[in-house]
Order: sequence, then structure tokens, then C-alpha cells
Amino acid sequence: MAGPGTGEVAVLGVGMHPWGKWGRNFVEYGLEAARAALADAGLSWSDVEFVSGADTIRNGYPGYVAGATFSQALGWQGNRIASSYAACASGAQAINAARAQILAGLCDVALVVGADTTPKGFFAPVGGDRPDDPDWLRFRLLGATNPTYFALYARRRMACFGATEEDFAQVRAKNGRHGRSNPYARYRKAFTVEEILASAMVADPLRLLEICATSDGGAALVLTSMEVARRHTTAPVRIAAVSTITPTYPQTVIEMPNFATDSAAVVAPPERPFRDAIAHAAYEEAGIGPEDLDLAEVYDLSSALELDWYENLGLCKEGEAERLLRDGDTELGGRVPVNPSGGLSCFGEAIPAQAIAQVCEVTWQLRGQAGARQVEGATTGITVNQGLFGHGSAVLLTR
Amino acid sequence: MGSVTTKTPVPAVEGWFTTDPQAPALIGTRCRVCGTVCFPPQTSLCPNPVCEGRELEQVELSRRGTIWSFTNACYQPPPPFIAPTDPFEPFTIAAVELAAEKMVVLGQMVPGVTVEDLRVGAEVEVVLDTLYEDDQHAYLVWKWRPVAAGEA
Repeated sequence: MAGPGTGEVAVLGVGMHPWGKWGRNFVEYGLEAARAALADAGLSWSDVEFVSGADTIRNGYPGYVAGATFSQALGWQGNRIASSYAACASGAQAINAARAQILAGLCDVALVVGADTTPKGFFAPVGGDRPDDPDWLRFRLLGATNPTYFALYARRRMACFGATEEDFAQVRAKNGRHGRSNPYARYRKAFTVEEILASAMVADPLRLLEICATSDGGAALVLTSMEVARRHTTAPVRIAAVSTITPTYPQTVIEMPNFATDSAAVVAPPERPFRDAIAHAAYEEAGIGPEDLDLAEVYDLSSALELDWYENLGLCKEGEAERLLRDGDTELGGRVPVNPSGGLSCFGEAIPAQAIAQVCEVTWQLRGQAGARQVEGATTGITVNQGLFGHGSAVLLTR
Repeated sequence: MGSVTTKTPVPAVEGWFTTDPQAPALIGTRCRVCGTVCFPPQTSLCPNPVCEGRELEQVELSRRGTIWSFTNACYQPPPPFIAPTDPFEPFTIAAVELAAEKMVVLGQMVPGVTVEDLRVGAEVEVVLDTLYEDDQHAYLVWKWRPVAAGEA
């Protein structure tokens, strides 16, 4: 495994298509994001040697939905491709596939693209009768939607750490304040705590405004070798680490789409639970610690889940996330702002694009280009998320 | 327990629980080499990465556990969920910790139990209830039922 500092790649260009419910073909969003990222990098499509696509499964046959499709849309030029599917972590895997190509010396310029068009309402499993698929079975046997799991974590925080419904609403309110100036965000309204607490209960204790919506959107990155990047800029944003780990047995936190945790009766739980381990793997690879972070983009699938991530990232100890929030540490202007983009609260989720969009935001932040949501003087940031079926995702960026 | 029906009761999923109406139990599998238990029952390998066990035996899980966390479904979940009532009635879901197995298992609470009735750490017991019905069959699933204080 690569040790600290053994290899870096540059994020030379970033681009996004605004999030929304546009109802158009996902390829359009990916294409617009890709063109924006190439323009941002100062490179053209003909410079791209490798295309790494993050797949959507909502838009047809898996082979239709990623690397080759975006290459065709940009114009076939015989470039090499890869396509990644890892649910919410698809983007991180696509980034890692491109990064590995560059670090191996197989190419110098890679384009990473993810885009999605989503249906309205709850995410449902893929259609058809599939009684061997736990994702199908959890809906049939339990009626357990994604918010069911988010709410179980939220209630657990209340029972173990004294979190309140107001704390959860404060997370959502903070993210609304952050995202209201973000031109790529779908929801650009700063809801008050009272408005959030007045929204309909979906899965007690979580309310409609506290649960991530499903969105259309597209995001893209141009990744290059450091050599190519230095021809274009003296201070490129660099990927210091990517973590795409799985859980370690026994996985003792109930996860979508599972019916049960692993048993810890024979094998003791690992030193770090899964979500802690995702970030830790990135820190170890980069030789960077949580104390070095200037900001974080975390997967706030629910308001309460953002609090879990504070602890999983090591921004505070277990049980202290509410204090961090109440002290304003994670607000813009605080010690370590979390989700300066507005997070999923303001975006909703476009699954294969989301982990890539997180990296777009951190890149703008590290370049000082984030406008009203700028974290002053930011030089180090992390993105973190987690995909269905055991997919970790974190990207550590420095400048 | 469960709704009164004349239809033939059949499990909604094969092999995940016993159908003894008095004392049903979830069925897991246990590795004959290392003893690791899992639910739902596995058919292939022991999930313990340092065990090479390939023989898994069926085992009944503890019938009682304590609530690790809980929530409800205020809106009807999408298919393949089949709503047992029209209009939809919200139901409660619990994640239940089994002490001997050191694992957490999800299940709906029996109808009529709301989130106001529950607290983390409270004791519950597994029962069978009708998940949905068609013309001939009542499809059974496991649910959790609160255990009253002092109940044996």
C-alpha cells in the first residue's frame, strides 16, 4: 500500500451541472459538468486519455450508464475507460480508478464524470421480484426505507448522548445558511429551526426538511499528473488520499439494506467501527490528521447523521458532536466548517455525482473560489460518505 | 396475536423463522468450526474472515432482546412493500439487541405500538404476525412485541 506522500495527483479542473429536478437525460448533466471541468482545467477533450464514469442504475442497463456513454457523448476518440458502481460511494471509486491510472504512469490526464436523473419520492429498490436481494427484501418484509435507518441512528444519538430534535434542526438550519448562495444547490433557502421542526414527521424523530431528497445533477473532475498540473498552475489542489474501504468483520452498526448486524459474540468488534475507519484510512494514507482539517464535506443523508460524521471524522470525541454544533465550530467562521456547500440538505442526492460534487466543493474552497461560502485560508479538506452494501468513501485534498 | 383470518398462514420468507404459534423464533446459522452466528441464515461460507468453516448449522436465535433504537414509517413505503391496510396506517420499527448473539436485528413492532410506547433498552419478544394477505394465504413475518414489566 502507498505510504504517506508517495503519490499525489492534481485536481486540475472541476465542473458541475446545477442540482434540481430537471427531468432530462442524465447524460446531458454529465456532459455539461465534463465540459465545465475541462474549461476550468484549461484542457480540451482531445487531451483526455482516460474516462472514469460513476454509474447510475436508475437509467437503464448498467453498461449504458457511465464511462463509454460519456465518451460517446463527448465524441468517440478511442480513449480508455472504466465504470464504477458502489451506490453512494460510486464517485469515490471512479476518482480512485482514475487516480490509480495516473499514479501507475498509465496516463497523465483523466476525466471523472458522474450524473443521475432520479424518480420522485423514496428511493425504491430496482424493479422486479428479487427475493434473494436484501435491498428488495427489506422493503417487502420490513417496509424499511432509507429514512428508517437514518432515524434509528438519530434516536440512538438521543438515547446515548442527549441529542435533541432541536439539535438536528440546527444542523439543517446551518446547512441552509451555508448553501443559500451556492449556485449549484437545489434548495437555496435558509430555513429557520421553527420551520424545520414544523415540517412533517417522516421517520420519528426525523422530519421532511431533515431528510435528503433525490435530485438530478452532474459533476466532473479533470485529474492529472503533478507534472501536467504544474504546466498550468503553481499551486494545484492535490488528492492526498482516497479511502474506498469496506467494513471489517464484525460490522456492529446496523446498515442499509441489512436486517441485522454481524455478531460480535465470537470475534470482538474492530478497533474502529466502519464509519470511523473510512476517514482513518484516508488520514493514514496521507499522513494528515483531523486536527489539520480546515473543512469537511460530509454525507448528511439526514440532519442527525451529520453529527455522527463529526465523531467519525475525529473532529470531536464520541458523544461531543452536539457540543461542537452548539458552539458554532462547524458553521462558516467556526473552527472547522462542515458542509460549506450546504451539503445534501441543500442539494438532495444525485447518487453517482454526489461524491464527485463533494470534491468539486473542496477544490473551490482550497482555491479560495467559493465566494460567500468561502472558508478563509483553507488548505486541507476532506470529503466522506458511505455507500449501500459496505462501500466507504473519503477523499483528502490539500493545496 | 396477529389479525384473525381463515386463510392458510405461510411464511413471507422461507427459512428465516420457526412457525410455532406459541414460541416462534428467528432462525440463524452457526458455523460448526468457530461458532459465529448470523441472521438471516447463510447458505455459503462462515462470514468470519479468519475462519475457513464451510458447514453452517441452523440455530434458533434468542426470543427476547432489548431495544437498540426505534422509529416509525409515517408514509407508505414504495413497492415491493405491500400495505396491509387501505388507507395506510403508520407502523413502528425497532432495532433489537440480542445479548447472547451480540447482534442487532430489525423488525416491525406489532400493530398498535407507537414510538411513544418505546424507549431504548426496553425488553421485547419475537412473535409472528400477518404481513399481508392474498386470496388464499396470510403471509407471516416476525415482529417484536413489548414485554410487560414482571412478565416471565
